[in-house]
Amino acid sequence: MGDVNDMAGTTSRGTVTIETERCKGCELCIPACPPDVLSMSTEVNEIGFRYPELRPGCTGCSACLLVCPDFVFEVYRYETPQQYEVTP
Amino acid sequence: MSDILPTSAPPSVPAKKIAGFKPDLLMKENHNLCPGCGEPVALRKLLEAIEAVGAQERTIGVIGIGCYTSFGSGIDVDLVQALHGRAPSVATGVKRMRPETLVFTLQGDGDMVNEGLQEVIHTAARGESVTCVLLNNGVFGETGGHMTATTVLGQRTKNSLEGRDAGYHGYPILIGDLLAQLEGTAYAARGSVHDAASVMATGRMLRRALETQEKGLGFSFVEVLTMCPTGWFIPTAEGPDYLDKVMGSVHTVGELKRKAHD
Ligand SMILES: Cc1ncc(C[n+]2csc(CCOP(=O)(O)OP(=O)(O)O)c2C)c(N)n1
Ligand code: SF4
Ligand code: SF4
Ligand code: SF4
Ligand SMILES: [Mg+2]
Repeated sequence: MGDVNDMAGTTSRGTVTIETERCKGCELCIPACPPDVLSMSTEVNEIGFRYPELRPGCTGCSACLLVCPDFVFEVYRYETPQQYEVTP
Repeated sequence: MSDILPTSAPPSVPAKKIAGFKPDLLMKENHNLCPGCGEPVALRKLLEAIEAVGAQERTIGVIGIGCYTSFGSGIDVDLVQALHGRAPSVATGVKRMRPETLVFTLQGDGDMVNEGLQEVIHTAARGESVTCVLLNNGVFGETGGHMTATTVLGQRTKNSLEGRDAGYHGYPILIGDLLAQLEGTAYAARGSVHDAASVMATGRMLRRALETQEKGLGFSFVEVLTMCPTGWFIPTAEGPDYLDKVMGSVHTVGELKRKAHD
């Protein structure tokens, strides 16, 4: 796990908008994300469900959007990849 | 955790939108289907396929009765609500009276393979120029998760708690394979929504089926295996694997027939 997060860490070629209030906490998006940059929150939304949160390393591949039953994601690709300082 | 990125609004630096929350033909995102349900995932690809063939202004859908029916009032094409199992016959009437339209049906396995099995068989045998779409979750989802004709052997449902038993309950009907054998069927395929690649492949099947209709080649059919964690009594996160391994090992995914296509 550690090395995946280290690798995923620093550059995002894309990003997602997450409409957390629509999420029903099914967790289908988590294993669907190839670089493994989505994880479930500890907080819950208004309807009582945990929801996904994004860490650096998104490629803008849309896999999360494709598997999500609740239309929670919108996907973008950056014109210039974004760099982040990440604590491994 | 400090490395969580803001995702409540679109990015503030230059970025290209790759995909929006919902397909354009869906009027709103919110729906009341269960967490982890596969039906909205399949619906997205169907609505995108209608747009991809450019038929959004001349599409008429005929929908059956199941959980997906609650989307009926929120889909931006003309829809007819059929009685349980009768959608292919209603679609036949619509297409014969309005041959310029693109006509699809949307049904569940209980609706299509139990309640109205003869309807889809005769529609295929006649080679009607309609596209029938089946959302196959192996259970009567909306009414509580009971066994249907597509439930696989060993599968636990509300009325096969020890698993479907061939001696007592009979064998599952592999409807896609059955329809593919009929001369009137020009295109038949079985997709799934258990991961992103299968969702994309299902989208291509739906588009080919609609193109088959547009070219007037005959009857077209796409079966989509969909998760029903509620009816299967399993956690939502286990749904995709269950779909792939338990249902997908019997109802195998792939194109089943492609007659005279491009
Ligand atoms: C003639 C008739 N019989 C029974 C019903 C009750 N009924 C409504 S939905 C449903 C289950 C449909 O199951 P399926 O077609 O597999 O769709 P799913 O909910 O699984 O998507 C049933 C039996 C009905 N509406 N009409
Ligand atoms: S777009 Fe791809 S990489 Fe980005 S969060 Fe979604 S699945 Fe992960
Ligand atoms: S797949 Fe969609 S509904 Fe399920 S947890 Fe992820 S964002 Fe929420
Ligand atoms: S009962 Fe099954 S098919 Fe119906 S909404 Fe729930 S998960 Fe989906
Ligand atoms: Mg069903």
